[in-house]
Amino acid sequence: MPKNFVPLSALGRHAGQRLWRTAEEYAGISAAGDDECDSEMAPLNEVSRRRFLELAAASFAIAGVTGCTRQPTERIMPYVNPPENLIPGRPQFYATAVPVAGLAQGVIVESHMGRPTKVEGNPAHPASLGATSVHSQASVLDLYDPDRVQAISHLNELQSWDDFREAMAIALAPIQAKQGSGLHILTGAVTSPTLGAQLQSVQKALHNAKWYQYEPAGSHSAQSAAKIVFGRPLNTIYRFDCADVILALDADFLACGEPSTRYANDFAARRVRGDRLDMNRLYMVESTLTATGGKADHRLPLRYADIESFTRNVAVSLGALPGTAQGASANSAFLRAVTQDLLAHKSASIVIPGIHQSPTVHALTHAINHALGNLESTVVFTNPLEVASVDQVASIRELAAALNSGAVGLLLILGGNPVYDAPADLGFPALLRRAKTSVHVSPISDETSDWCAWQVPESHFLETWGDACAFDGTVSILQPLIDPLYDSRSQIEVLDVILGPPGRRAYDIVRAYWQAHSGATDFEAWWRKSVCDGLVTGSALPEIKPSLNANWTQSLRAPQPAQDLEIVFRPDVYLFDGRFANNTWLQELPQPMTKLTWDNAVYLSPATAKRLGIGAQQLVCLNYRGRSVEGSAWILPGQPDNSVTVHLGWGHTRSGRAGNGAGFNAYQIRTSDAMGAGSGLTLTNLGSKFQLATTQMEQDMEGRTIVISAGVDQYRSDPDFVKKQTETPHQGESLYPQWYYTGHSWGMSIDLTRCVNCNACVVACQAENNIPVVGKEQVLNHRAMHWLRIDAYYEGDLNNPRAHYQPVPCMQCENAPCELVCPVQATNHSVDGLNDMVYNRCIGTRYCSNNCPYKVRRFNFLLFQDWETESIKLQRNPDVSVRSRGVMEKCTYCVQRIREAEIYAQVNDTGLLDGTIQTACQQACPTRAIIFGDINQRGSQVAALKAEKLNYALYGDLNTRPRTTYLAELRNPNPELKEV
Amino acid sequence: MTAHMTVEEQQRATHRPPEPGTSVSVFAHPETFSSVTQQITSIVLTRPTPLFWYCTFGVGAAGVILFLISITWLLYRGLGIFGISIPVAWGYMITNFVWWIGIGHAGTLISAILLLLNQSWRNSINRFAEAMTIFAVICAGMFPLFHLGRPWIFYWILPYPNTMTIQPQFRSPLVWDVFAVSTYFTVSVLFWYLGMIPDLASLRDRARTRLAYGFYAVISLGWRGASRHWRWHESASLLLAGLATPLVLSVHTVVSFDFTIAILPGWHSTIFPPYFVAGAIYSGFAMVLILALPIRSVYHLENIITERHLNNCAKLMLATGLILAYTYVIEPFTAWYSGDVFEMAMVHNRAFGPEAWTFWTTMTCNVFIPQLLWFRWVRINPKPLFCVSCVVLYGMWMERFMIIITALHKDYLPSAWTNFEATRWDNFVILGSIGLFVTCFMLFVRFLPMISIFELHQLLPFSGADAAGGPEK
Repeated sequence: MPKNFVPLSALGRHAGQRLWRTAEEYAGISAAGDDECDSEMAPLNEVSRRRFLELAAASFAIAGVTGCTRQPTERIMPYVNPPENLIPGRPQFYATAVPVAGLAQGVIVESHMGRPTKVEGNPAHPASLGATSVHSQASVLDLYDPDRVQAISHLNELQSWDDFREAMAIALAPIQAKQGSGLHILTGAVTSPTLGAQLQSVQKALHNAKWYQYEPAGSHSAQSAAKIVFGRPLNTIYRFDCADVILALDADFLACGEPSTRYANDFAARRVRGDRLDMNRLYMVESTLTATGGKADHRLPLRYADIESFTRNVAVSLGALPGTAQGASANSAFLRAVTQDLLAHKSASIVIPGIHQSPTVHALTHAINHALGNLESTVVFTNPLEVASVDQVASIRELAAALNSGAVGLLLILGGNPVYDAPADLGFPALLRRAKTSVHVSPISDETSDWCAWQVPESHFLETWGDACAFDGTVSILQPLIDPLYDSRSQIEVLDVILGPPGRRAYDIVRAYWQAHSGATDFEAWWRKSVCDGLVTGSALPEIKPSLNANWTQSLRAPQPAQDLEIVFRPDVYLFDGRFANNTWLQELPQPMTKLTWDNAVYLSPATAKRLGIGAQQLVCLNYRGRSVEGSAWILPGQPDNSVTVHLGWGHTRSGRAGNGAGFNAYQIRTSDAMGAGSGLTLTNLGSKFQLATTQMEQDMEGRTIVISAGVDQYRSDPDFVKKQTETPHQGESLYPQWYYTGHSWGMSIDLTRCVNCNACVVACQAENNIPVVGKEQVLNHRAMHWLRIDAYYEGDLNNPRAHYQPVPCMQCENAPCELVCPVQATNHSVDGLNDMVYNRCIGTRYCSNNCPYKVRRFNFLLFQDWETESIKLQRNPDVSVRSRGVMEKCTYCVQRIREAEIYAQVNDTGLLDGTIQTACQQACPTRAIIFGDINQRGSQVAALKAEKLNYALYGDLNTRPRTTYLAELRNPNPELKEV
Repeated sequence: MTAHMTVEEQQRATHRPPEPGTSVSVFAHPETFSSVTQQITSIVLTRPTPLFWYCTFGVGAAGVILFLISITWLLYRGLGIFGISIPVAWGYMITNFVWWIGIGHAGTLISAILLLLNQSWRNSINRFAEAMTIFAVICAGMFPLFHLGRPWIFYWILPYPNTMTIQPQFRSPLVWDVFAVSTYFTVSVLFWYLGMIPDLASLRDRARTRLAYGFYAVISLGWRGASRHWRWHESASLLLAGLATPLVLSVHTVVSFDFTIAILPGWHSTIFPPYFVAGAIYSGFAMVLILALPIRSVYHLENIITERHLNNCAKLMLATGLILAYTYVIEPFTAWYSGDVFEMAMVHNRAFGPEAWTFWTTMTCNVFIPQLLWFRWVRINPKPLFCVSCVVLYGMWMERFMIIITALHKDYLPSAWTNFEATRWDNFVILGSIGLFVTCFMLFVRFLPMISIFELHQLLPFSGADAAGGPEK
């Protein structure tokens, strides 16, 4: 067996069919690859039938896509199985990675006839384990964004790449003479080894050149905290699969940012195991209600400033910090319970700070984890992922100072958008005018492009070669699946111009770097394997065991008294720092807790809103340190009083048609001395309303049995509690005869204990099933098209509610109420139990939707699909019809995947193994909350889950007999602590 | 009888001459055959068209244009121009459908059931009530059609041999609807046209211009008033009346199935069929009065449509209104009695939820205000009666709207709940359909005998018709 054997189960949904069987076949990859790549040189007069079909298919593809989908000329590696014969209509899968703010998630990308259409997780990659984040899912849409910059321009005049190189040579000439003085480069956090090496060699060759790094939503506190406690910057990795007790301090680690996919996976793996009685326990202290907070067993809303004193008290109680507990939380039952619980689970607990929390909180958590003996067990450290770790806020400040002094001859901005997201006190836009020449490399002509002389379109990661690190340092080599759609270049290629001629392509640069650094004896094999696998085996950074500085406590900031009204800046869960602002899928993806779309909001607690006389959706002006911005107010249950949360990444003025004008730009009032939060905010009610579009207007369960939830103790003492709360009519209680399933009988089980409301499934469904976006106005009209939604309900105290999440796809009812009211038989039951929807037959009476108790059917009220934009058409999944106006549509359990697998199994005479078919939502889910399979198959996972005592059907008493059933939610509250 | 005699002369020849002083209570004054015929045919043939007609027709025509614009825009843009959504996937359009269909019912009730029950006073109003039925059904039929997502393939709902070898789904009440409404329309048109033939012949005989003569000659199908004609006419009328009678009950029953078959709280209820039929007749009589009162005064038909007619119609309204009020009371009772949380939540939401205004408007218009009809003064005075009728008609529209909206906007899963907000196009379409109805009705008044001449003749004391002129009790 070859040593790079990939386990069958690790290959995603096409496991059986894509796996090579022998080393010969494996070796055949390259030969076939050659064929594929050299196809343009093949003589056309020797056209075989098969060749003709290939060419015809390719030319159709090209004709349909304005000649954009050429395969890259360099050799790329199909993930497992080579295009021995590219069969038109059969997708291919390639491994690559999605880099977001320097952190990569390994993915496998589905390609149809040279068009990447869908991103799936790479089971072998540590940041994915087969699942994906919302960002990875949505990244494919960015590739086809019609608003991308399509050509190089200088002062809004189109230029060629040669013009650019020439101009750079001229600009660099005086700089080179002065050893690089005057050359300033701004990047994000650089974890790409190749790009890092390039930057370092720039600094080596031109040692006066300056390199700045700035990530607006980066973890600025983590670095300084590590320096305080351990004396050097470190990268922290948490092992939630080993933690029995978790205390999260404002950390939305399950849903926001990288590596939340991995963390959610680990968290769920520890939360649900065995007989489900041994659960981990999550305490959350947070300044705004997040998806992670809603999942917590105990949640304490505290202001950002108070979290610091709370952390101090925890540290004091655990002996990590000398002194006595102080402040309001000093004697609270919550504090006592948390500390006791943590003490009882030494070296099996985690205390995790939120990335936007203060350095003090970060430093204190290091000390707490140290005192609990968690270091080396649940909390491990590695060297920083960044090639050069810097204080990013200081770095951007330095750049501002350099620009201000007029010393900048050539400013190269690789990928950032400082005009939009730099701290407001630096005065960025105007400063950019002081650079003699400025170059902005970005995929979209954004706010910064406006102020720069040169605009260079940046290639999407699916269009270019590159490399990036995951949260644990695992390197992935990024391979393109498509030639650049436009005349774009990657950051690596642009930087190569600075390093001098001859302006190589990214492939050569990346390969050259790894040729020198891979350390492999057989580089070709190493390269092939690394590209093919989507990661460099064994490249994870080694753990290091730092020791605490003796006098770390002296560097802590003195406790800050909490002042009147504070403002907290958080990165948006979906738009992140704003880089995804033009992604319509993410714009329309309902926010986890509020289900808001197309806008951010000013989050206020009910009491604060009442005190300030601000109503829901009222326009307010946030005045903060002499700056102001206007936003619409949203009253959020569970928000601490006197604390206002705003999300970054919104309110673009130049990011494309989707991002422009959506929400307000909180960066406008964020200053470099208080990147996480600050006090001294005043709110002015502007008296007018600004409507916000939410997809869920009612978040109260109204006493109905919707989400069944219980403490694990209740489950232990009464395992049948679910049955007592539900009522299922006898089978066959229907006017119509019962159908007996002899073959497959598909079903789904959704584990509510596992769901963390990350919404990756919703985007995955959208990408897989060609689901259109409808825009804010139509969301307001309640016409959003998502086939799968995650309902979020609140329960209990308005000031600190418990939250419940419930993914709701089509229930595929056995007695489907929709089926018998359709006058034209457009929705019917299939022989394997699916509630099929025949789009071509639908005349659009919408009676089926009226009669659906779950309201999972979606109607195309206007022509929501974009039939016009060429680039968007390329993204569509050819296996799923693109529905038009006037037709009902809904979740089909990804019937295209079922049928494809069935056909494959039939053709190859293999059975359908359990787990071969994964629905798109299931595949994306980081916590494995969604399991699909054949209920009739003995020993199938779904059948086992449905046999569990926690299994129940939503509104089963209506005798709809849904095929999608839920496993009741279990929590693990501390018996010492009454419900908060 | 000779072939040269006019129909009227024939009719007169077959009956005894009038006996002065023996007037019957259907008419306000003593009438003769010729005076009745003259009065009604002159509206079409000789009398100058009143300004009222031009104004009303103008308003109606403007409505038709609005309707056409709306439908064009609808077909161009799609259903999203309306306020409907998921979950409120039905809105104004289905409300309009049920409302218009309901209005039609009074016409059929008057022409069929009252005929079978020998209620001769109906003869004064049955013709235009039947016309009202037809125009209302025309208006009604358009709504489900244009309410489809893809109306151009509406015919897939019909059973016809096709290459797809698919038939409609007969379990769906929408298919039943198609049969019910099309049967109703067919029978109503036949009944109306058949009844008009003798009067069309009267118009033909009195026509002064070649054009009018030709027109009425063609559409009166060569009616000569022969006794054989009368015999066949009589039996056909009775047959159609017999056919139409069950339709009065069945059509709206089937329409109510659109709701009752669904599993939605607020729709799924066995009381709906009688409830809908009573409501239909209620709104239908309101519409009869709304049409009769102005026409009566403009065309000076007080002698034919008398206070007795107004009184009877108002009494029928009061009776059906009380049936309706009863069902309004029973609905919350059954919800409470069932103990079903969804039903109880629906009833509560209907009365006190965000769309409660529809409920209270309905109650005010359909239950409280019509109690004025207990007073004879209100029943026989055109102005208050007209006002009450308008209120009832509006209330009945609101009732259907309430049933649809309050059941849909908050059903089972709170996460899907929303509110309904109508758009301008929603309003344009209902106003436009009223315009279409008015236009059709005005054309009918202008060009066809709006009151049944031959049936009025039967009421004259010397007509010898048994049923005619029984004194009012």
